[in-house]
Amino acid sequence: MKLDSKIPSGPIESKWSNHKFDLKLVNPANKRKYTVIVVGTGLAGAAAAAALAELGYKVLCFTYHDSPRRAHSIAAQGGINAAKNYQNDGDSVHRLFYDTIKGGDFRAREANVHRLAEVSLNIIDQCVAQGVPFAREYSGYLSNRSFGGAQVSRTFYARGQTGQQLLIGAYSALSKMVGSGAVKLFTRKEMMDLVLVNGHARGIVTRDLATGKIESFAADAVCLATGGYSNVFYLSTNAMACNVTAAFRAYKKGAGFANPCYTQIHPTCIPVSGDHQSKLTLMSESLRNDGRIWVPKKQGDNRPPSQIPEDERDYYLERKYPSFGNLSPRDIASRSAKEACDDGRGVGPGGRGVYLDFADAISRLGEKAISARYGNLFDMYQQITGENPYKVPMRIYPAPHYTMGGLWVDYNLMSTIPGLHVLGEANFSDHGANRLGASALMQGLADGYFVIPYTIGGYLAEAKQSAVNTDMTEFKLAVKQTEEQIAKLISIKGKRSPTSFHRELGLLMWDKCGMARNEQGLKQAIDKIPAIREEFWQNVNVLGDAANVNQSLELAGRVADFLEFGEMMCHDALHRNESCGGHFREEYQTEDGEAKRNDDEFAYAGVWEYTGLGKKPNLHKEPLVFENVKLATRSYK
Amino acid sequence: MNLTLHIWRQENTTAEGRFSTYRVEEISPDMSFLEMLDVLNERLINKGEVPVEFEHDCREGICGTCSLMINGVPHGPEKGTTTCQLHMRKFKDGDEITIEPWRAKAFPVLKDLVVDRSAFDRIIQKGGYISANTGNAPDGNAIPIPKPDSDWAFEAAACIGCGACVAACKNASASLFVAAKVTHLGLLPQGQPERYLRVTAMVEQMDQEGFGSCTNTYDCEGACPKQISVRNIARMNRDYLKAKIMGN
Repeated sequence: MKLDSKIPSGPIESKWSNHKFDLKLVNPANKRKYTVIVVGTGLAGAAAAAALAELGYKVLCFTYHDSPRRAHSIAAQGGINAAKNYQNDGDSVHRLFYDTIKGGDFRAREANVHRLAEVSLNIIDQCVAQGVPFAREYSGYLSNRSFGGAQVSRTFYARGQTGQQLLIGAYSALSKMVGSGAVKLFTRKEMMDLVLVNGHARGIVTRDLATGKIESFAADAVCLATGGYSNVFYLSTNAMACNVTAAFRAYKKGAGFANPCYTQIHPTCIPVSGDHQSKLTLMSESLRNDGRIWVPKKQGDNRPPSQIPEDERDYYLERKYPSFGNLSPRDIASRSAKEACDDGRGVGPGGRGVYLDFADAISRLGEKAISARYGNLFDMYQQITGENPYKVPMRIYPAPHYTMGGLWVDYNLMSTIPGLHVLGEANFSDHGANRLGASALMQGLADGYFVIPYTIGGYLAEAKQSAVNTDMTEFKLAVKQTEEQIAKLISIKGKRSPTSFHRELGLLMWDKCGMARNEQGLKQAIDKIPAIREEFWQNVNVLGDAANVNQSLELAGRVADFLEFGEMMCHDALHRNESCGGHFREEYQTEDGEAKRNDDEFAYAGVWEYTGLGKKPNLHKEPLVFENVKLATRSYK
Repeated sequence: MNLTLHIWRQENTTAEGRFSTYRVEEISPDMSFLEMLDVLNERLINKGEVPVEFEHDCREGICGTCSLMINGVPHGPEKGTTTCQLHMRKFKDGDEITIEPWRAKAFPVLKDLVVDRSAFDRIIQKGGYISANTGNAPDGNAIPIPKPDSDWAFEAAACIGCGACVAACKNASASLFVAAKVTHLGLLPQGQPERYLRVTAMVEQMDQEGFGSCTNTYDCEGACPKQISVRNIARMNRDYLKAKIMGN
């Protein structure tokens, strides 16, 4: 596997403009001769499908949902960053670039991040033009708020529903192109495999989730925008159907998988309430603008919060990180919460929770102002917990939320398989070892609207591939393998439900490869996962038939991939003998418990190559070079 | 708590459906309604029975995937709430609960509680957008928008496309869904150039899909988990009338 990042030469500010000029073009009349497959219709996928179709490419767009609008981008609450500097508070493209590199704990590629900061400006303009109803001031101009890891207000938002509004914007652009016939939309079709012809990505195999039909589709290039893999932990803030299957099947076909151990644990989620729990619910990071996080100073203090006097409370983020306080980055805020709970000072049932308290903000601004800012989040909290956050502090605890790792891509967003492009959360490129709040929406839309439309033209113009069709052996073989796997899953008829395996794997991953990891635990997980996998293939029980709606079967296929993927994740976490961002190895910390990076040995992206089932994958390294930001210990104190 | 569930089971679109009765025991009041169904399904699988198919995804009340008629009410008894955000503490020990799919000609049942809502997508594809090709946009602050307009547009745009409005309506009308989009885009300056073409195209597609007419019973607003107002329908009707008079 060769890792050529294709970073353009020249000063960082002009790399992207120069590159756009250097990329070969496909002339307008020729674009309609090319077919591009886009898998996934979240921000990255819907934006890419719409933008490519607008340019004239023939686009085939796939989602496993009943409608493109259901993709999990819709659940993003807080906002989207852009270096507009509308607040005149010192923001700039360079500052957004710098904050993102630093926030990512110096494990992202400089050139990609700078491009992201540059196009952030265009994203806001594009979304406003589509009719996205961003929050506005009485002047009629756009409003901003602050997010973790930044000291400027650069976050655009639409109450607590920013993801929904941005996705509906992208969905409407996509729908327009579907209506015009430029995009062929396939709903309820899940990608099951990638088809290669002469080493190039030329198509996919899908299963129709309503009829069970297995089909294949051919194209000149394939774009995966299939999201992240937080559901490897079983409980996460991801939607129930989110999975690693598309990315993982591509990995098994030869695409390198980068930094799988970089997972983000979001600090503000509603704590687990019992064994029945099926998912965790996020409370937007924007709440940290006005909420103060605290635990009692005394261990085991179970008085109600209102009876704990001010001087017996520990506002630990404000104490430990005075300059960023409650707006410290996510990895730091999450670890601090864990520390407080490990110390026996957690609150609520089971002691795994900390308070997020709005009393000060309510007495300062009034309940009405707080309700205007966060009303829907407060309502949601009350529905789930039965407690009124206007009266008693919220209880929160960290939960798996986002995955920075993903398929490795070069500057053109192409994986190690020629023709296979990877967009949004599914790739690894922009967030290093930790993502800053309000940057996921930015990256998804940047990749979809403003990067892939340029770079895919460069690939198509240069690759000059011969025509393919789904009658070719490569397609038929891939279809046959998928059919065999489905038949196998249905035929086992064991004793355990797919969910029970998912839960078992998730608990193990959370325990050994979650918020904190160590060598011993990771080795135990690497020993244990193959045993769970083996039992799965002998004892899973998938009822119903394959030629109908069958959610058990869908889940079983996804769990099967998580059972292989989890092992690779542990290998990655075990090999990275340092702590950085979301990857915290207990052996590598400073005296006061902060992450201790090792830039001499680990300033690289770790890229894994598949070598066969149950075999340790091969590690390849893309060295990260920092020419514009000085490597430094990240400090938010 | 212990409950008795009467659940609609239907093998596929053409098969005849029926109610099946299940008992679920030891349900925690902290469970969501869907987690209660998860418990039922795990127990069915362990007994070797085919689990009940129901749609759900984000379980945060925002994706619009979940869609159950609970005791005859879309998304159940709690106002302004999707099924996934409905919690069992709203029910009592010993309750009998009837669970059905959305019922509308334009939403055929695929299996059990799963229906096909692609008609909504086809309505949007006819005009539920502002044509702004990528790269055309002026600066975001070049078009100031009065806050009241922007707020109303936002409230209309909060629609999650779940279909509860259709399920609640005795005519299975999609007026609230269509009106929400017509209002969202029609209130904004960016949406003006296509305003009348949009309303005409969307209303015509709605009729073609087999949704019924609006007779102002307001059940849609009552069932809407985002509490979208029926005044949007009045606005849509005005725009539609204007469009017809102007010959769009």
